[in-house]
Amino acid sequence: MNDLIINTENLTKKFGNFTACDNISFNVKKGEIFGFLGANGAGKTTAIRMLCGLSQPTSGHATIAGYDIYKDTEKIKLNIGYMSQKFSLYEDLTVKENIEFYGGIYRLPSKEIRERSKKLIGELGLESVQNKLIGSLPLGWKQKLAFSVAVFHTQKVVFLDEPTGGVDPVTRRQFWELIYKAADEGISVFVTTHYMDEAEYCGRISMMVDGRIAAMGTPKELKGSFNVGSMYDVFLHLARGTK
Amino acid sequence: MRTIFYIVRKEFKQIFRNKSMLPIIFIMPFLQLIILSNAATFEIKNVNFNVLDLDRSSLSFKLMEKFEASPYFIRSDGELSVNNVEEEILNDKAKLVIVIPENFEKDLVRENKAEVQLLINAIDGSAAGIIANYAQNILIGFNIEARINMINMYDPVRTPSIGISYRHLFNPELDYITFMVPGITALLVTLIGLLLSSMSIVKEKEIGTIEQINVTPIRKHELIIGKLIPFFIIALFELGLGLSIGKLLFNIPIVGSIWLIFLFASLYLIVALSIGLVISTFTDTQQQAMFITWFIMVIFILMSGLFTPIQSMPMWAQRITWFNPVAYFIDVMRMVMLKGSGFADIQRHFIILSIYAVISTSYAVFRYKKVN
Repeated sequence: MNDLIINTENLTKKFGNFTACDNISFNVKKGEIFGFLGANGAGKTTAIRMLCGLSQPTSGHATIAGYDIYKDTEKIKLNIGYMSQKFSLYEDLTVKENIEFYGGIYRLPSKEIRERSKKLIGELGLESVQNKLIGSLPLGWKQKLAFSVAVFHTQKVVFLDEPTGGVDPVTRRQFWELIYKAADEGISVFVTTHYMDEAEYCGRISMMVDGRIAAMGTPKELKGSFNVGSMYDVFLHLARGTK
Repeated sequence: MRTIFYIVRKEFKQIFRNKSMLPIIFIMPFLQLIILSNAATFEIKNVNFNVLDLDRSSLSFKLMEKFEASPYFIRSDGELSVNNVEEEILNDKAKLVIVIPENFEKDLVRENKAEVQLLINAIDGSAAGIIANYAQNILIGFNIEARINMINMYDPVRTPSIGISYRHLFNPELDYITFMVPGITALLVTLIGLLLSSMSIVKEKEIGTIEQINVTPIRKHELIIGKLIPFFIIALFELGLGLSIGKLLFNIPIVGSIWLIFLFASLYLIVALSIGLVISTFTDTQQQAMFITWFIMVIFILMSGLFTPIQSMPMWAQRITWFNPVAYFIDVMRMVMLKGSGFADIQRHFIILSIYAVISTSYAVFRYKKVN
């Protein structure tokens, strides 16, 4: 199979007269960290929802892990991980129960769930709190766990929608280490963020402005083409153009 | 199937970890059954009454004695005079005042006809009706006796008269608790089926986990079934609990088949749960869901025949109750528990509720859209 885990062509979503995503085309390779940047309301979340099968595109084509987003939504869902802006684990279940539940609904065999959840809890250093309710854990731990649960069942691709909102810099750093580790294992990471320092960590970036992709490339290429020193300046440059 | 199992397991864990859920499931049935079934009674006892006797004859004393001997009436203290009759009722010292006019005995003996006046506090109309009814019964009894006595004085031949005796079927002692417990048990099942189920689904929306669930391979029907099964089970448990309390605490018989009750309850729960599901699709927070569910439940309950008989509602209101699943359930509970009705007797209820179930589940599944 080809190496393009995500491939979109002229993907468009309209809500009435408003075009949230306007002919976006890009691709993400295996093991690549692809940053999806843009101001609030630029259309990032709409794009991510279409790719996850939560929202049907108005026009255009896209495949995820080789599956068509119109026809094979159920197969896509089996192969992707997703972490939303809102914290999405169950606060009234324990660490272990959350992992078991998500493993179960992704149809992993019970034995595999047990082995992998033990390994995961060990890697995250959560042995001492594995039987504690998630609600009692600090936000940083929760976010790391949410990410791990999102990739628990998949080797293909994970979508992260502003995963580090409200998290302190140290935990963000640790969170990105988890992302790198996942990418090293061959998982493609599609991440939206507001933090421009995080943008620098991405392999490739696309900048969305008013529903269109205004620029795309490695952080270095983008900084070079706008002749600025940081991603923050790139963002300002592009975002200012809209007003 | 396995997916449903995982959802059901998760739901049960969450339900039993919810601090407000356990009291609702285990304590509320006791409170409702014990308090409501004892308090909600239409039987009226110990009505205070007083008499203004302007005749002071042996017959008027006899009439007074009749009232005093009745288990429903208690004579209040104090002598009445023409001036303080109204005061007596205004001050709520007596609900009923009997005015026996002058020449009561004379009129009755000579003209075969006499009148008494009954003054009843009718703020509570239905209570007043019942008091009037009791009083009338006493007066009729007095009337018959008086006539027989008088006629027999002149004519030793016994006067023929028709005696009416009552036998109340299915609830021989007219025990109100016997009537209320099946209905209140039905109410408990409704509460779990409608309110808790709708709140449980909306809760996932409110805390954002529904988004996560929607990107998983869980199918629509799996999520719905998985979310509703726990409440289905808890509601049936609640039904069992209600029936046991009724049997052990109030000694209420279950004349008919208990399996038939559970079978009908299961069908009823399918309807209640899908209405709860529909509500959850219209709302975004648990608070909204609760308000809407309460609104619907209050109408369902008041129109269900639990407190006021459906037969005495105006025709248009009776027509509305045809669409009220709670009314069918309460009716069947009473029929099977107290009368021992079998499947053939409640066939009509079954058919109607089945149609209701098909419509409500299809609409609920249609409303519950995964992709938007």
